[in-house]
Amino acid sequence: MAILAIVSTRTSPGSASPDWPQVRLHVVTGKGGTGKSTVAAALALALARSGRNVLLCEVEGRQGIARMFDVDPLPYAERRLAKGLLDETGHAGQVHALHIDPESALLEYLSIYYKLGRAGRALDKFGVIDFATTIAPGVRDVLLTGKVYEAVVRNSRNKDAITYDAVVLDAPPTGRIAQFLGVNSELAGLARVGPIKSQADKVMDLLRSPRTAVHLVTVLEEMPVQETADGIAELRAAGLPVGGVVVNQVRPRDIGPAALEQIRAGEVDGEAVAAELTRARVDCDAALVDHLLAEARDHAVRRELEEEQHEVVAALDVPTYELPRLAGGVDRGGLLDLAALMREQGLA
Amino acid sequence: MSTRTAPVLDIDALLDDRGTGIIVCCGSGGVGKTTTSAALALRAAERGRKVVVLTIDPARRLAQSMGIEELDNTPRPVPLSTSTSEEGGSLDAMMLDMKRTFDEVVESQANPEKAQQILQNPFYVALSSSFAGTQEYMAMEKLGQIHRQAQKDGTYDLIVVDTPPSRSALDFLDAPERLSSFLDGRFIRLLLAPARGPARLMTAGLSVVTNALTKILGAQVLRDMQTFVAAFDTLFGGFRQRAEKTFALLQADETAFLVVATPEPDAMREAEYFVDRLTDDDMPLAGLVVNRASPRPRTDLSAEEAITAGDRLRESDPESLAAGLLRLHADRVRIVERETQIRQRFAASHPQVATAVVPAMAGDVHDLEGLREIGELLAGPAGA
Ligand SMILES: Nc1ncnc2c1ncn2[C@@H]1O[C@H](COP(=O)(O)OP(=O)(O)OP(=O)(O)O)[C@@H](O)[C@H]1O
Ligand SMILES: Nc1ncnc2c1ncn2[C@@H]1O[C@H](COP(=O)(O)OP(=O)(O)OP(=O)(O)O)[C@@H](O)[C@H]1O
Ligand SMILES: [Mg+2]
Ligand SMILES: [Mg+2]
Repeated sequence: MAILAIVSTRTSPGSASPDWPQVRLHVVTGKGGTGKSTVAAALALALARSGRNVLLCEVEGRQGIARMFDVDPLPYAERRLAKGLLDETGHAGQVHALHIDPESALLEYLSIYYKLGRAGRALDKFGVIDFATTIAPGVRDVLLTGKVYEAVVRNSRNKDAITYDAVVLDAPPTGRIAQFLGVNSELAGLARVGPIKSQADKVMDLLRSPRTAVHLVTVLEEMPVQETADGIAELRAAGLPVGGVVVNQVRPRDIGPAALEQIRAGEVDGEAVAAELTRARVDCDAALVDHLLAEARDHAVRRELEEEQHEVVAALDVPTYELPRLAGGVDRGGLLDLAALMREQGLA
Repeated sequence: MSTRTAPVLDIDALLDDRGTGIIVCCGSGGVGKTTTSAALALRAAERGRKVVVLTIDPARRLAQSMGIEELDNTPRPVPLSTSTSEEGGSLDAMMLDMKRTFDEVVESQANPEKAQQILQNPFYVALSSSFAGTQEYMAMEKLGQIHRQAQKDGTYDLIVVDTPPSRSALDFLDAPERLSSFLDGRFIRLLLAPARGPARLMTAGLSVVTNALTKILGAQVLRDMQTFVAAFDTLFGGFRQRAEKTFALLQADETAFLVVATPEPDAMREAEYFVDRLTDDDMPLAGLVVNRASPRPRTDLSAEEAITAGDRLRESDPESLAAGLLRLHADRVRIVERETQIRQRFAASHPQVATAVVPAMAGDVHDLEGLREIGELLAGPAGA
């Protein structure tokens, strides 16, 4: 029985996420700077369990993946990026990376669907590629989402390509996410018939299905939390599947609410703290205690604001996950630590 | 302190210098551009200048406290104390409405009928609302408008400009040029060609292009596109001229750029690009604001010592308050060490850039009192 169970999880296809078992495409959005790229990368590492291939995509032209993993800038081609987070038995799957830029996606699209090898280049010469990918309404987003779609639904027909168990998209920020993902439905207004229209419908089917989840990253500050709430409402209105809220950069919670209250009120018994410090063999005087308490007061004020925002997040009524602020910054080791927390919490 | 510390940025000298007519706060997303702009504007007004601040997407509570929740695209007075007005200072604030600014440009450049035609075209709607860089371009457009008006009637002697949360800090400098060169572009010329009669450009190349486009997009889209381009044609010259004027304004001696960054690798890297680019383009850089720096630890107890001691305490009492305090201290020491390193790296590669460091406040900054405090921190110990 037990053996069978293990075998079946090891070999079952599809997503590895306990909380999101049906999801093949994890879209990660959030207000600028809250940690979208960090969370997307950690999620890819966490999803890459033994025997699984996960694709981490970026579409903003920032080369954030390359920077985080300290590799050369990524081309428009899938690359092996890193081994996933090890499981208890020391096994892991593989994370691949893809940097999608609209120009390359358009040229690829033209050559695959229209066999427009030479004409494609002619288009480039006339500035059409530039026009199409920068101004023609939504074309840029259509191309980016189209490529992501291709990576998700890819099947054995595309012989040389890897089929992925999950795709993680480091997506545009909350302010643009509904527009970005919904672009294919808007397209109907522009292209009423033709190949673009039927492709757009298929992409929308995926993005609106339970195979997709849009996760929102936030930090516990007023503006990002507000944007998260607005973003959820907007996604829902657009019929796009809201995933979880990832609360990132959470400050340490070692000090409980009662003690925080005391600290804020300046009612901590300094002598008791001094005694404890001395017991821990810290060379301690009254000034040290004062300084530590002053530092703690800043923290207590922040924590109070975080608590307020925490309640707002809780009231959003979507699954939430929490990641700590890593004091040393985010390096590869840090990404793996965050990935481990995601597995613990069931996000991956 | 290390010898690689940057020279100090004297904010009050900058604000008091009547030669400073425009201050532009730029930097990557979320670093505090809006907060810094508003704080500088308030401080300048309270030091006797007639200031207008052009903000972009301020936090709701901040907008409320400045009385600019209404997006009507015109500056509104922010009520300040009587002593400020007695000294001749005043503060107006506005929140930029990008689309409306763009619409207004179109309306001012084309006759009403043509303007309507343009405003309703789907390509215009896309251009004015989501073309990367439009918001940047419109911020510059608004700056130009306010500047012209201020020169005419003397309402303001200082304009403080916030910039949008761009994908890349450079979008903001490139936007005017990109938009106008785009509108001047070869493809657009091409689309216009048939409408202009002699089919000189009807080369083999063009028919390949139009055939391909028709195949992909359908004939309808191509027609919309052509209508848009034809209607927009007369405005192209206008746009280019305006972009050039704005660029010249940004290069003028009266302008001062402040690059805002948080002490994070990404933000500082963007700041470096920005500083280099401003220098290359002969834009007057006043300095760097390192915002939300973690406050220095108040004791020199090392992080390692604090961790070891904390672990010891937790062994006997997992809830130990002292252990919690030690953990906080260790975190702070580590974060500050890391931030200091990041700043020193910047100072080493850009030793000429004057810098002001603003510590992270414990609470949010969402009212005039908070802005005043940030203003004081910006001015440094000398200004406090
Ligand atoms: N949990 C964390 N602990 C410490 N630092 C973090 C954490 N998460 C993110 N960061 C840092 O915060 C900064 C912003 O993170 P990241 O680049 O992932 O955000 P983003 O939302 O992708 O930003 P952008 O909107 O610019 O794309 C980075 O310097 C990153 O290293
Ligand atoms: N020195 C500071 N201490 C504490 N909080 C700060 C400080 N500076 C800014 N903040 C807070 O940080 C948040 C972001 O600041 P702000 O909106 O000014 O950034 P921005 O660069 O304009 O962002 P965006 O790129 O999204 O426009 C706000 O909630 C603001 O109150
Ligand atoms: Mg990112
Ligand atoms: Mg802002």
